[in-house]
Amino acid sequence: MIEAYGLTKRYGAKTAVYNLSFQVRPGAVTGFLGPNGSGKSTTMRMILGLDAPTSGQVTVGGHAFRGLPNAPRQVGALLDAKAVHGGRSARNHLLSLAQLSGIPARRVDEVLGVVGLQEVGKKRSKGFSLGMGQRLGIAAALLGDPQVLLFDEPVNGLDPEGILWVRNLMKRLASEGRTVFVSSHLMSEMAQTAEHLIVIGRGQLMADMSVTEFIARNSVGFARVRTPDSEPEQRDKLVAALHEAGGQTQPEEDGALRVTGLELPRISDLAHSADVRLWELSPHQASLEEAYMRLTQGSVDYRSTADMRTGLQQPAGAPAMAGAPAMAGAPAVPGAAPQQAAVPGIAAAPQMPPGQQAAHAPAHGAAAYPGGPQDAPQPGVPGGGTLQMRAPQPGTNPYAADAPAAPTAPPAGPAAPGMPGGATNEGEDAR
Amino acid sequence: MSTQQHNGQAAPAQPAAAHMPAPAGTVPPAGAGAGQQPGQGQPGQGHWPGGIAPYSSPIPMARTNLGHALVSEWTKIRTVRSTVWTLGVMFALVVGIGLLSAVGLSGDFTGMPLLSSGLFGLMLGQICVITLGVLVVTSEYGTGMIRTTLTACPQRGRVLLAKATVFFLLAFVMTTLACALTALINSALLSDQTLPSYERGSELADSFEGGKLVASGSEWLGATVGAGLYVALLGLLSLAVGALLRHSAGAITTMMGVVLLPLLMAMFMAGKALQDVRDFLIEYSPLNGLASLYRIPMTTDQDATGWPLLGGLAVVTLIVFAAAYALLNKRDV
Repeated sequence: MIEAYGLTKRYGAKTAVYNLSFQVRPGAVTGFLGPNGSGKSTTMRMILGLDAPTSGQVTVGGHAFRGLPNAPRQVGALLDAKAVHGGRSARNHLLSLAQLSGIPARRVDEVLGVVGLQEVGKKRSKGFSLGMGQRLGIAAALLGDPQVLLFDEPVNGLDPEGILWVRNLMKRLASEGRTVFVSSHLMSEMAQTAEHLIVIGRGQLMADMSVTEFIARNSVGFARVRTPDSEPEQRDKLVAALHEAGGQTQPEEDGALRVTGLELPRISDLAHSADVRLWELSPHQASLEEAYMRLTQGSVDYRSTADMRTGLQQPAGAPAMAGAPAMAGAPAVPGAAPQQAAVPGIAAAPQMPPGQQAAHAPAHGAAAYPGGPQDAPQPGVPGGGTLQMRAPQPGTNPYAADAPAAPTAPPAGPAAPGMPGGATNEGEDAR
Repeated sequence: MSTQQHNGQAAPAQPAAAHMPAPAGTVPPAGAGAGQQPGQGQPGQGHWPGGIAPYSSPIPMARTNLGHALVSEWTKIRTVRSTVWTLGVMFALVVGIGLLSAVGLSGDFTGMPLLSSGLFGLMLGQICVITLGVLVVTSEYGTGMIRTTLTACPQRGRVLLAKATVFFLLAFVMTTLACALTALINSALLSDQTLPSYERGSELADSFEGGKLVASGSEWLGATVGAGLYVALLGLLSLAVGALLRHSAGAITTMMGVVLLPLLMAMFMAGKALQDVRDFLIEYSPLNGLASLYRIPMTTDQDATGWPLLGGLAVVTLIVFAAAYALLNKRDV
């Protein structure tokens, strides 16, 4: 059991992790997803007491890691496959770790066998391939036969056979009742390994739910329905009819409706009987990988290109979108360049501080979705919480310098999609 | 690696807890069931809502202490080549140069105490010990091993203390052995000296007994245990500097500066105005401490034994080590 509350880590002006709260429970593999640089490793280091959080706290089995009397017996970790002294043999490396926590030496040979390194145990780890290094790191994590296991990108550098082995190992460890927390930047890998997902982007929580739920919320198809733009009353009529028939609707950024819970022919029939003309009725399917990509895209772009573009490509006339007020305001104007996007089903509610939730959830749920935020299992309606994702604004990135560091900036994000009739769900049809 | 039933809430802090019957109606932590599929549990056993009892290892858990860390650090220091190389080269330099100088000087009047020529080899040999002292800590930072180590032992001070103890004892024993061997060589090859007439009445004349140059007990002590202690302390200081700087090259360079610079600077301080500074630098130069232990101090005070300087070095080492200890606990790794 790993519990984090309001975990925040700043390195100088840079905020690596902001207000992260989550629980990792035993008996299941929990995937920790996020793009490179999103704060996964920093979070792992804070769990392991290597980095001290700027604020907030994290406990393992109810104790702060550094207060554990015999840490390797309770928590095993693979942080970095290369975090070994290359001049020491694999066996001696493990032996020194075993001695540190009073583990019998024969356990070293046991774990060498488990990870398949018994043949090269006497070789210096300097000559190991990345895959062998990963195996050695996993061996070190398993050494203490711990209740909680953390793996940071364990399949990096492994061949397909090795990946399969790691996948099965994780599942087996979890089935024994252990807490298994695995970070990765590959959704496809996690979808096959993990039962539960914690997704972060730019150091903030984006999703905390089971994989089944994630898939249900993110990869289910929906119908795009468009009524004549010139006659908004037609749209309202259709929405009423669809709701009556048990469907859910959600306004799209361009004025169309996203409809879930109803088959396409049924929508057509309903429209016909309500005497509403349709301009568009099309099926859409979002894949899990795409959902994840959209979810994390903002942070990825933020990392890689923000600096380059500001000086080179920004047209002279582009408005300088700096600061939180501009962020919150912009998407509320229909037709404005999409800057914020709510990603359906990505609920951060249980983790949000009460203040933040109170501020944004009502606006979100009450105004946009009559059903309220709590009874919304279908895709497209957030499960009672705020959504945090900022799609990149081409040419400008007002967050580039210090957004997460400014306390007002992160809450500003979720507010925008909640504006009634405002720009929402850009992410779903951004493809 | 069998799964054992376990109280749903208890952390496996005490192994005993794993074998206690799970109290009925244990309340799981709030919200624990959200991501779990219900209905898989064996009734009356795992109280976790997911139905799987938290894992509990069958391997008995020891409460760790400094002893474990000492054993671990001993394994670490003996299983890397840098230890063998640095100490081997130190041994070769001290004994080799000692032997060469003794052979070269034998038969003539050397004009210095019997064991003093051991200093030459040790002046070079100490660099090896300094290097090893630095590497004991910084190699972990350089390779990233430190994160593995401090994850395995979050009591960071204990790790540093164990490293320091193991290294200090090893360096002390090895240096003292090398110095003792050199001292034996010197006393065997250099005691046959005739005191020239112009030296009669000098302090050195007191060391001649029955026409042979001999070394007093305190000279022996200084040239073996004293020198070993001094160099091991320098190595410990290097280890502490390494823990502060966390960078091999930086720490080794710093220690070279500490050892060599005072004397080098003093050499360029000509003139009356700087006389006091020069004398100070020479007296407190680490090399003078070592030379004094061999009874050939660089200052005018020819009675200096080097022990007070060794005490001074111990105090400095202690202060730097305390700083490294405090910072290690405070800094992110």
